[in-house]
Amino acid sequence: MFGMNADWSLEVFERYFTIGDYAGGEARWCPGCGDHGVLTAIHKLLRDEQVPPETTVAVSGIGCSSRLPHYMGTYGFHGLHGRALPIACGIKSRRPELDVWVATGDGDCFSIGTAHWIHAIRYNMDMTVLAFDNSVYGLTKAQTSPTSPLGFKTNTHPTGAILPPLNPLTTTLGITNVSFVAQVVDWSPPLLYEVIKAAHRHKGTGFVRIIQRCPVFSDSVSKALQNSPERVLLLQHEKGIPIDASAKRQFPNSITHDPSDLAAARAVAEDTSRIPVGLLYQNTDALCYETLSSRGTEFTVKKRLAGINAALDRFTI
Amino acid sequence: MEASQEVERAVQSELIHEHIVEIVSDSGEGAQKAGQTFGAVCARMGNGVWTVEIIPAEIKPPARSPAGASGIRIRLGSKYITNMGDEADLVVAFNEQVLYSRIANGAYKAGTILLIENKWRDDPVPEIQAQYKRALAEFKENGLIVHELALEEACREITSNPRVGKNMFVLGMLCHIYTRDVELARNEIATIFKRKSKEVVEQNYRLLQAGYDFASDNLDFRYEIPPQQVREGKRFIVTNGNTALGLGVMASGMELVAMYPITPATSASHYLADVFHEVGGFVHQAEDEIAAIGFAIGSSFAGKTACTITSGPGLALKTEMLALAVMAEIPLVLAVVQRGGPSTGLPTKVEQGDLLASIFGEPGDAPKVVVAPATIEECLHFVVMSRRLAETFRTPVVLLTDANLATGQQPYPRPEPSSEWLAPPIDQTDWDPQIPPYNWDPQTGLSPRPVPGMVDGHYVLTGLAHTNESKVAYDSKSNQLGCDMRSRKLAALANTLKAPTVYGDPEGDLLVVGWGSTLGAIQEAVDRTRAQGYKVSSLHLRFISPLEPGLKEIFSRFRKVMTVEINYSDDLSAPLITRENRRYSQLAWILRASTLVDVDCWSVVLGAPLQPGMIHKVLLERLSSKED
Repeated sequence: MFGMNADWSLEVFERYFTIGDYAGGEARWCPGCGDHGVLTAIHKLLRDEQVPPETTVAVSGIGCSSRLPHYMGTYGFHGLHGRALPIACGIKSRRPELDVWVATGDGDCFSIGTAHWIHAIRYNMDMTVLAFDNSVYGLTKAQTSPTSPLGFKTNTHPTGAILPPLNPLTTTLGITNVSFVAQVVDWSPPLLYEVIKAAHRHKGTGFVRIIQRCPVFSDSVSKALQNSPERVLLLQHEKGIPIDASAKRQFPNSITHDPSDLAAARAVAEDTSRIPVGLLYQNTDALCYETLSSRGTEFTVKKRLAGINAALDRFTI
Repeated sequence: MEASQEVERAVQSELIHEHIVEIVSDSGEGAQKAGQTFGAVCARMGNGVWTVEIIPAEIKPPARSPAGASGIRIRLGSKYITNMGDEADLVVAFNEQVLYSRIANGAYKAGTILLIENKWRDDPVPEIQAQYKRALAEFKENGLIVHELALEEACREITSNPRVGKNMFVLGMLCHIYTRDVELARNEIATIFKRKSKEVVEQNYRLLQAGYDFASDNLDFRYEIPPQQVREGKRFIVTNGNTALGLGVMASGMELVAMYPITPATSASHYLADVFHEVGGFVHQAEDEIAAIGFAIGSSFAGKTACTITSGPGLALKTEMLALAVMAEIPLVLAVVQRGGPSTGLPTKVEQGDLLASIFGEPGDAPKVVVAPATIEECLHFVVMSRRLAETFRTPVVLLTDANLATGQQPYPRPEPSSEWLAPPIDQTDWDPQIPPYNWDPQTGLSPRPVPGMVDGHYVLTGLAHTNESKVAYDSKSNQLGCDMRSRKLAALANTLKAPTVYGDPEGDLLVVGWGSTLGAIQEAVDRTRAQGYKVSSLHLRFISPLEPGLKEIFSRFRKVMTVEINYSDDLSAPLITRENRRYSQLAWILRASTLVDVDCWSVVLGAPLQPGMIHKVLLERLSSKED
């Protein structure tokens, strides 16, 4: 009927995915690590959105958070330190139908992978990029990261970090063709879920900086923040991400911020006395690179052969 | 008709079998364009042709400087031509200074005909006049046969900017000198200037004809180089090696090239950027070399085997990614157009210095396929082969070409691509969940590969040591097994290879082993040496990892075995160098280790292709050496 195959439509109906379909091996992060909550939110979201596990690919670099693909029941690519984004972009380039997720950390993304972070934002391929920021290198045990606060003591700076931290939000918002920047803290599960959902639904690179607890190596950083919830600034707007009552109870301060206003977003990001949470910026019209890179995927063998023969003919003597 | 009658009246052309022609100028004077066009005309007339570009070391070198020498060498002959040859027979020079760098390279000999622009003789700057006169006296002293010609003056009758138009004038001259069909040259001009106005095309036709007539009026010599073989209806194409790489990418069915600009590899991507869309492909210019290979690996993981093209410094940057592709068994084609190294080295010049880096460049054991095309034609076919090897053996394939193949032009049979050359469509049938993602066959190490989109095929690819289920495994057994299986694949491939063919007699006093672009020069040197009665043969390897089989047995039939390569080795006569501490050339290391034969080597890093004359001399020396 209507050109549809009845068996096929029946099968789609029968394939209902549960959270179990998205879960992989048991997560081996430390107890109290913020990554657990993010993983739970992703599983729940994929279930709610009923994304087929076989067309989902979780890509990561190296680091604690980059273990995430191993805990997914989807395809995964646990790549190299700092290099998750080029791999993810490559996956998307000729297979734009795949649902690509990137898990990266503050060392992975903001240090060794900086070039790729900048350019992946510019490519703006339709994928969800979660930057897990715990302000420290965890896997290699307590070295200073680009987002470690000034004076934060680590094994590489035992007397305290000697440079002021990099601001991932202003950096990301400064990149041409940026299309989605949000920030959230891991200790507000409903908000975490909503932010990831919005990033996933966004057509383009949904970049989320997740401020994430590391109870082992940077407990003091997240504790300080958890103990002063007034530092968190909820971003509210009709075009923004819905903020539920529990988050409003958790964080008393909020402002109205229009996420279509890039200058305003940059101003909000610039003020490091506050931790903005919610949607900083969104542009649904930004160019997605895969619309260019996937051109010609539909070519038939005949058409390809005709193309190569035409090319050869130009050199024929 | 009129023209040919006039020709017969003028000079009788001398029948010869081959000639080497150079056009040398300041950069930006179009010498390369003229030479390439001349080469194409010769190829169309059925001659064997090899062209090699003379590239200045700097982007904007000062005018009239030896460092600024820019141009082209065209070797044309009755037979199939495989290399640049030795000294030139005829050179056209736009000024005298650029010739100094060619002379320093030994490009000319006593008897080389020099056609030189004479305007410098009356240059308003006295110092230039003096330089010109001094140089010409020197050239004559060295035996060059000098013809001073008013080329610009003649061009000025047609164009107000002779500096730009002079190259087509020279093309016309060469067409007369070598009795070429002017109509073919006109066709080439029409193609070159197809995007320009009719006036521009007409102007260049006039320059071409003027050059032809000028040579007829002013030169007392003329040559004819007949084509030897009729091509029997076979179609031929003329390309350089980088274009051949690009054509190979298209003919292989690969849909993606991810690259970062690097000399001398980039022109392959330039070519693809022009035409790749016609086969549905895409060139991704990445933010850096690492991202380029990462992007290609991502695409390959998703089922679309991709290609990345680079040169030595890029290969170095790609090392970690290449090891990931080995570890996780991702098909990938990595073309390396070698240049001089180490470090930034000689970006525009030829070297075969990346062989060991390709095979052993990664920390840990990273077995992969390394192949080296030896001709421009093979540059095309090896890409098609590499894609298939990469997918069949679930491995990266490094394809090593070099700057000599990259810019050299040669006619070769037009490939006839078929659907079997193309990559099959991505398999999206359901995966049997009982089959692990690395279901290694213990005999071969081979395993089928699940691809995203396959139901039940999901696995997490990792660069960490892993089991056949792709589960991270730090235990001893799993790591040993993974290494065994990845290495086993090379043995499996080696088992499918045939022993290489010996060029010349199957036994003798000396066997020369080469690889890559040196094939033509080595074989020509072997021919010359054999013609003198020596028992020398050669062997050219295309597969270096794994090595082609049967080498030890072949080597045993020769009294001496040596490699000839364009990479560094210590000369045994150099201070402090002994047989024990000598550092051998790269293939020699491999052959010595794998055959336990005392393989000798001769190699130089002159930043230039090897010439048959140089190799010939070395072979005679080695053959006459009493030392065993």
